[in-house]
Amino acid sequence: MKKPSIGALALGAIPFVAMCFSVALWDRVAPTVLGLPFNLFWLIFWIVLTSCCMWGAYRFESRSENKGNRDP
Amino acid sequence: MSPAATALTLIVAIVAIGTAIGFLAGSRQRMDLEQWTVGGRGFGAGLVFLLMAGEVYTTFTFLGVSGWAYSRGAPVLYALAYPTLAYVASFFFLPQLWELGRQHRMQTQPDFFNVLYRNPYLSGLVCVVGILAFVPYIQLQLDGIGIIVSVASFGHIGRAAAMTVGTVLLVAFVVANGVRAVAWVSAVKDLLMLIAAIAIGFGIPLAYFGGIGAMFTALIQARPEHLVMPGSTPNLGHSWYMSTVLLTACGFYMWPHTFGATFTAKSADTLRRNAVVMPLYSLTLALMFFAGFAAVLILPHLQNGDLALLIVVRRTFPAWFLGVIGGAGALTAMVPAAILLLSAATLFAKNLYRPLLAPAMSDDGVARLARAMVVLLGALSLGLAIHGASTIVALLLTGYAMVAQCLPGVLLGLYWQRVTGTGVLIGLIVGVLTAVTLMSAHLDPIGGLNAGFVALCINFVATIAGSLATRASAGQVMPEAT
Repeated sequence: MKKPSIGALALGAIPFVAMCFSVALWDRVAPTVLGLPFNLFWLIFWIVLTSCCMWGAYRFESRSENKGNRDP
Repeated sequence: MSPAATALTLIVAIVAIGTAIGFLAGSRQRMDLEQWTVGGRGFGAGLVFLLMAGEVYTTFTFLGVSGWAYSRGAPVLYALAYPTLAYVASFFFLPQLWELGRQHRMQTQPDFFNVLYRNPYLSGLVCVVGILAFVPYIQLQLDGIGIIVSVASFGHIGRAAAMTVGTVLLVAFVVANGVRAVAWVSAVKDLLMLIAAIAIGFGIPLAYFGGIGAMFTALIQARPEHLVMPGSTPNLGHSWYMSTVLLTACGFYMWPHTFGATFTAKSADTLRRNAVVMPLYSLTLALMFFAGFAAVLILPHLQNGDLALLIVVRRTFPAWFLGVIGGAGALTAMVPAAILLLSAATLFAKNLYRPLLAPAMSDDGVARLARAMVVLLGALSLGLAIHGASTIVALLLTGYAMVAQCLPGVLLGLYWQRVTGTGVLIGLIVGVLTAVTLMSAHLDPIGGLNAGFVALCINFVATIAGSLATRASAGQVMPEAT
């Protein structure tokens, strides 16, 4: 069993910081963005960014997997 | 026809057609809990996207999330964060789990504990925890049925009566071995729910305020405190948010059905790809927030927030639309309720009763016992649903507090050399007892933290301490040193 690469783990940590641990920083109403209270906008925005982070992590993993396959 | 009659007729018709199609077409392919969870992956890419977007709307999200947006306010934002973070976590540990499952031919969650730890008491207790966690999950589906029928009948049919009829139908359906529904029956439901969610999420703010932005402007003026944590609650603040997000993100893949579904994935790569795409589906959940927040200004002073969405719909849209939404909502509650009942009963008979108490029992005997358990569990859930006053969200959180306690045994089993079955057993007992004690003593949240999360932390400590103090049993599978 292969453990996940450091790069992928770092990318995976970003959404946890942005959507969970930093709640005190973004849990406010103002400024409204696209008509949404800031906290609601922030979470919706980060759902999209999380997908991007995981796409990056996926590239990291498949790259290290390919390398592993080429080695005898 | 009166509006109530129109709405109820449509609900009954949709449920009847849905189940009839299930009976007729489903005999070829049996649908179990795993298929329900990952259902409909055989369709084309465009349709799959629509179906997955529709699958987001469960009883929990449709009635529960909008209900908490109405009654609690900002703390409900946790529901937007935890599925996303659960997918992130899944990217890292599901491929490992899948690999282990492939090597040892695992199919179910008890299989995992059985193979890894070779401790029958541990896998038995995992079953018990799974069944206990399923009970509030079934209960919230029954609550949903009760709410739909009572709102659609304009209060003529009470919640208790509606839930009782719903449960009797469900149990009869399951005992008659009727849990057969091809993927496209739930596909019809998914599409209906997606259309309903869009109509509700955009239509209601538009009808009353002129748009979503205008609705929030009005709400910020009238009730700004509702929109930041702790919202309209005394104690659901930031530490509650963080601990709840972590607990539910951890518990997401610990449900017996989501765990089992991992083993049926085509490859480890499929699981990683899912983690990339899946967060996007929860975007449409925002529509339920719009509906719940709009209801704050449209219908102040509702006793039960879980009714908010349907009462606003009833007030805004024609009766036939309420009927269509009610019918789709009722299918959304009944299909999982039936499958959950059957899975909990099968888990009891096959993975708990037979291995521990009656090894000689035949497969027919197991099936009979499972059917008896369906009746018992249905009655238990109905009793709890009639007498309980919990909101739908609170019920699911109770289930999560239980089921997340399986996490230390899974994570440490995958990554830590020193973990032992006895250690995991001790941790699981301590964690479940802590969660049950805190919740039944109404100490949730405790010190601002989600009680299930506190129990999970204690569980981790107890598992590690117990593992260090004991030796691994013979035959335990160890993670490879890397």
